[in-house]
Amino acid sequence: MHLSNGMGSMSTASSSGAWKSGDVVTDQFPAGLRVLVVDDDPTCLMILERMLRTCLYEVTKCNRAEIALSLLRENKNGFDIVISDVHMPDMDGFKLLEQVGLEMDLPVIMMSADDGQSVVMKGVTHGACDYLIKPVRIEALKNIWQHVVRKKKNEWKDVEQSGSVEEGDRQQKPSEDADYSSSANEGTWKNSKRRKDEEEETDERDDSSTLKKPRVVWSVELHQQFVGAVNQLGIDKAVPKKILELMNVPGLTRENVASHLQKYRLYLRRLSGVSQHQNNLGNSFMSPQEASFGAMSSLSGLDLQTLAVTGQLPAQSLATLQAAGLGRSTIKSGVPMPLVDQRNLFGFENPKLRFAEGQHHLSSSKPMNLLRGIPTTMEAKQLANLHQSAQSLGAVNMQVNAHGVQNSSLLMPVAQSQPRGQILNETSGNHVPRLSSSMGHPIMSNGMSSGVSGRNGIVDSGRGGGYNPMQQNSSMLNYPLNNSSQLPCNSFTLGSTPVMSSLTSKGAFPEDVNSDVKISSGFMPSYDMFNELQQHKSNDWDLQNVGLTFDPSQHTNSMHNSLDPSVIVHQGFSSSQRGGQSGSVGKALFSMGEGSHLGNVQNTSQRLNGLVVDNTVRIKAESAADAASQTSFFHEQYGQDDLMSALLKQQQDGLGPAENEFDFDGYSLDNIPV
Amino acid sequence: MERNQLRRQVRLMRQSLFDQGFLDEQFVQLEELQDDANPNFVEEVATLYYRDSSRSLQILEQALQRNPRDFNKLDNYMQQFKGSSSSIGAKKVKADCQQFREYCNAGNAEGWQGKLGQSRHHVDPSNQESHQQPESSLD
Repeated sequence: MHLSNGMGSMSTASSSGAWKSGDVVTDQFPAGLRVLVVDDDPTCLMILERMLRTCLYEVTKCNRAEIALSLLRENKNGFDIVISDVHMPDMDGFKLLEQVGLEMDLPVIMMSADDGQSVVMKGVTHGACDYLIKPVRIEALKNIWQHVVRKKKNEWKDVEQSGSVEEGDRQQKPSEDADYSSSANEGTWKNSKRRKDEEEETDERDDSSTLKKPRVVWSVELHQQFVGAVNQLGIDKAVPKKILELMNVPGLTRENVASHLQKYRLYLRRLSGVSQHQNNLGNSFMSPQEASFGAMSSLSGLDLQTLAVTGQLPAQSLATLQAAGLGRSTIKSGVPMPLVDQRNLFGFENPKLRFAEGQHHLSSSKPMNLLRGIPTTMEAKQLANLHQSAQSLGAVNMQVNAHGVQNSSLLMPVAQSQPRGQILNETSGNHVPRLSSSMGHPIMSNGMSSGVSGRNGIVDSGRGGGYNPMQQNSSMLNYPLNNSSQLPCNSFTLGSTPVMSSLTSKGAFPEDVNSDVKISSGFMPSYDMFNELQQHKSNDWDLQNVGLTFDPSQHTNSMHNSLDPSVIVHQGFSSSQRGGQSGSVGKALFSMGEGSHLGNVQNTSQRLNGLVVDNTVRIKAESAADAASQTSFFHEQYGQDDLMSALLKQQQDGLGPAENEFDFDGYSLDNIPV
Repeated sequence: MERNQLRRQVRLMRQSLFDQGFLDEQFVQLEELQDDANPNFVEEVATLYYRDSSRSLQILEQALQRNPRDFNKLDNYMQQFKGSSSSIGAKKVKADCQQFREYCNAGNAEGWQGKLGQSRHHVDPSNQESHQQPESSLD
């Protein structure tokens, strides 16, 4: 209470940046901070409550996540911060985290006795602003108010930034940064970026900068309206002003919509990353929850995928992870979304994706699955295309869509299939046209670039930020989100494709490759990571794109043989890593979102990078080799098996429900020879 | 006199619990949370913990007996238990939990059984309750 009021007054009183710790809202701050504690363990709950009271905070405790959510919804603006346990029987802590972030945009602190790196990382990727290890000490709780302050500060900046959203070229980055306000570097990165962005635009800022808008709680209905409006406009054309008009909700400001849009785009991006995975898996489309974008799952999925892609994860593990990740959020059906995305990837640079040859068979079976999920006819076509291009395994290859046809088709399905995917659909739909135009021709060599550009365009739109439809190289990366088609991400094909390795190479996946482009799900995870990264670093993509633009031409020939369609995803992934491995293709793919980020994003990508690089390297070697060896090839890739297992484990630990969701039809882990 | 003696006893017992590794720093934190406004905080928390932990152990035992063993679930239960044990400062129990989880990861069911028995002993209220009671009665 004090906090929000204070903030508001603060803002109005001074211009941007006025919010200073010195000018605290009230004398008492941080006393009186309204904290909601969620933990199913009564002992911990009691202890925490006592500690928080000692810190002079106002504490509300509850032992079930559902209760917590309803409490939050009923008392909009009734809480300043939420502290939640990770392992809870009724709902996964990360899921709650995402929901809270999306609906109420409150800072959420996760806590657990589990201090494993993967779990903490999950917290980061899902947007937790901090992670406490149990037993929690009172000293740790004394400073939680910083997260509230930081978030408000970022939000305020978001509002300022919102004007930029409408500018075509702007990349959507800053707002997403707010989600990660906890980490120092991110904060600084974002702030600097934001500042830079701010400088670019002048007009919008003035309105928002002086005014601190009261926090808007995005209820399920409101969010539904929002999504409806966005879909109506088309994700790439959805600008806050128009959305606001369509929604026609009194009291809602453009800034509210703008910041929510940013989050939504981020969410979509995550989904697309995940969907890539799913494509391989086949059918199930993630059923996005309107309220909670299901980002959680996508995130986790992405993480997994990324990892998978890098070849680290055996196809199976990828699948599992993917499932877990995807399952988490809402994707029960399976893969639907991912499929779509993946397909996109495939379409794009099949040749690029050349993942392990072995993938071939995997992909062949898988792609069908992927397509299945996607209602459109494209699916079949896509598949064919994919096969030809021997793109990466899953969605990743979507990028490859460059083939032109493929892309569009891939995109289409995306658009159509997902229910959740409203946005996805939108995006894909939108993109499709774009891609087609840009792609013009097969990805393979030049096509790639165009595809890429096309992709990028899409991506951008997804981003909500600058959409550069054809940026020829750079665009690729930008488009990671929605369709996850970004090939790089594709590497996620869950487990299925060892592909990862194949990506590396040859850049252009030969059309001949009929194998299904399976996007290794593994890639997803990285994608997820990259999403965030990407947002920030749209720039990176550009770089990446360039890489992407693939040099398919170079590799064309070789690709065919070695590259199994399934390989796809990985390709993008690995190539980017290497920076040169597979030629641009790999890079492009990777850069699409993940790849580039990997390089940049040291944190999460570290692993991936390592993985990717390894893979790519391997792929190169192997690519020439043979389709048959894909599995074996892939095995080699798994240098990072431990990574995968860690992931898996993490997934298993945390994801009870997720497992169920993982129902990639196509994706039969068992099939994967790995 | 009598009172002082009791107090001394309590102090000694408490110290021994620390020395033996049953309790750690966290317990001290809990003690610090206790004040005039909440005089029985530690006792309340300890009671809650015992109740909760016996339930947890029961669940664990049941899960262990089930065949085939679901190590994921076991791991989750153990994670919970570890969380509450560490929050109260039950060092040994926490260590046991950690080991449990390792066994779980390794799929070592027998190891579980053994550990479970050990943890029960560590959590045994008699170890700590007696420590609690005198303190509160002295207040």
